[in-house]
Amino acid sequence: MTTYLIPLALIGGLISVGVYLLLERNLTRMLLGLLLIGSAINLLILTVAGPSGNPPVRGRVSDGETATADPLAQGMILTAIVINMGIAAFVLALIYRSYRLTKGEEVSDDPEDTRVSQLTDEDAVARDEDLPEPDKAKDTDAPDELDALPRQKGSR
Amino acid sequence: MTLSASLTPLPVLIPLVGAALTLFAGRRPRLQRAITLATLSVVVVVCAALLHLTDRDGTLALHVGGWGQTVPGMGPLGITLVVDRLSALMLVVSSIVLLAVVLYAIGQGIRDGDDRQPVSIFLPTYLVLSAGVCTAFLAGDLFNLFVGFEVLLSASFVLLTIGASRDRVRAGISYVMVSMVSSLVFLLGIALVYAATGTLNMAELAVRLDDVGAGTRTALFAVLLVAFGIKAAVFPLSTWLPDSYPTAPAPVTAVFAGILTKVGVYAIIRAHSLLFPGGGLDQVLLVAALLTMLVGILGAIAQSDIKRLLSFTLVSHIGYMVFGIALSSQLGMSGAIYYVAHHILVQTTLFLVVGLIERQAGASTLQRLGGLAAASPLLAFVFVVPALNLGGIPPFSGFIGKVALLQAGAQNGSVLAWTLVGGSVLTSLLTLYVVARVWTKAFWRSREDAPEGHLSGAAPAALLDEPEDIQFVDRDHVGRMPVGMVVPTGALIAVGLTLTVMAGPIFAYAGRAADEVLDRGQYISAVVGGRQR
Repeated sequence: MTTYLIPLALIGGLISVGVYLLLERNLTRMLLGLLLIGSAINLLILTVAGPSGNPPVRGRVSDGETATADPLAQGMILTAIVINMGIAAFVLALIYRSYRLTKGEEVSDDPEDTRVSQLTDEDAVARDEDLPEPDKAKDTDAPDELDALPRQKGSR
Repeated sequence: MTLSASLTPLPVLIPLVGAALTLFAGRRPRLQRAITLATLSVVVVVCAALLHLTDRDGTLALHVGGWGQTVPGMGPLGITLVVDRLSALMLVVSSIVLLAVVLYAIGQGIRDGDDRQPVSIFLPTYLVLSAGVCTAFLAGDLFNLFVGFEVLLSASFVLLTIGASRDRVRAGISYVMVSMVSSLVFLLGIALVYAATGTLNMAELAVRLDDVGAGTRTALFAVLLVAFGIKAAVFPLSTWLPDSYPTAPAPVTAVFAGILTKVGVYAIIRAHSLLFPGGGLDQVLLVAALLTMLVGILGAIAQSDIKRLLSFTLVSHIGYMVFGIALSSQLGMSGAIYYVAHHILVQTTLFLVVGLIERQAGASTLQRLGGLAAASPLLAFVFVVPALNLGGIPPFSGFIGKVALLQAGAQNGSVLAWTLVGGSVLTSLLTLYVVARVWTKAFWRSREDAPEGHLSGAAPAALLDEPEDIQFVDRDHVGRMPVGMVVPTGALIAVGLTLTVMAGPIFAYAGRAADEVLDRGQYISAVVGGRQR
């Protein structure tokens, strides 16, 4: 089977542009990146499914070619296009919602993630620990000394 | 077509029909709930029947629409649905979990829902998700697996961003983007596999890929593994999970945590054993498994929100399954299969319990929780059983699964396998530490000792996000836990305990499933009719 360079170069180019866009923080660009990669992969399926020029209907002749074009590849591409379109519509709605809520269309970091990653060692220990400081005023040698913790009655 | 084979499309068809009916019944919540429950109950019955039939008669295959081998030597052209013991087990466990979670969600909705909630789209979307999960488990060709993934992902996008609050939109966007990238990588893998072999039917592929050169095979496997690794949250590809899952409503998180990652694990099992046997990338998988376990559990230690903490343990325990798969031995595979079933049940139960905690105490972070054991001994009980199960305390099923995996690792005997055995034990201990920390903080100490114990979420809400904080003392009394939420949780605990009580027969079943998965012959002959080379 002959492999043509131009479709492959086109696929490579589309995917690299798509990856570049996907690495942005701007949501619309990310979506465009996804769509470009999706188209590139559809093109790849078309390219690998056999040489061009074959008639799509069995038993016909198209420009001297008689072998039937692979219907499976075209079916897969159609399915992939439909799926991509549906999800692109959903992402657009999500982007619009995000814009309404935050007045921006950048992906923001997870606040809880940021909080956990910025904790110092001491904070990390004290974060949700209950480390009661003994209340010296309540501290006696009486047997119930252990009760002398914050918010406990203690002796006296 | 036999009668038993004609059962195979039902787990996909019934939820889809149910989804359509519930959409029409959007204005009538009661009818909608009844349809959903009936649909998922029927699915459980059908899946149980499939389990029985495959265990008795072997692999079932159905060429949908009669598109079998129309052209000699080309393999089946149409959609093929295949059920073997592994798929049947996954179908049964998932359908039970799906039914229990929807019961929980309905129970919560009846008690805490009100008119402004988008309930009318929740149940249809949930049914579409169920159909997608079943498609993925039934798929006999790679493209149908892709379609199954897309169906369940599209439904999961809607469920994750339900209500579209600020947090959920933020989490939803990164989830959508990461999922889409994984789908595109999968589609790329499909294109390359098609280029190399000219078919996508898994049984036919298993035959044809044997003739493909070793380098090409490894490259194809690697592309598919990246795609499935993102879905299954295997270490370098797992960072999206703890960011996106915790913001969703409790039942949604529960079903995602239980099932969606396991669909990825299932796809890894299929690719590893059926399509690319011989263990070409086992070393890579073993290292990934070790890192998944350790990085996951260390992440869990750093968290104070229980939902995030559990998301990290989820990532960590995916490592056990990958470990079992990558050993490429019968015992390793049966351990992995048993562990998948155990983990689906236990992780879902824990997230449902967190939903109960959130409802009763108005918070899910350890900074605010305290005194739950005294406030509700029942809540403490439903937390502690799955928590100990997750930590691998004998005699629970987590212990049995881990022992099987450790034995399989010891049987393998290589340095890397022994390192993983050590890593698994360490992870198990750290898991126990993590759940014990939740126990001591949230259940034992009094709420006044918690640093932010005076704060709490406003009213309990079924599906919507309630970002505003109020003083805990001002929070309205929420009453006892709704029966509609406790009963499904308890039922899942009971099913989880069945894995312990019936460990002998169930582990033997997992062993038979592993034999069948590793053997390949049955699968191939069931689909392409004994034409083996």
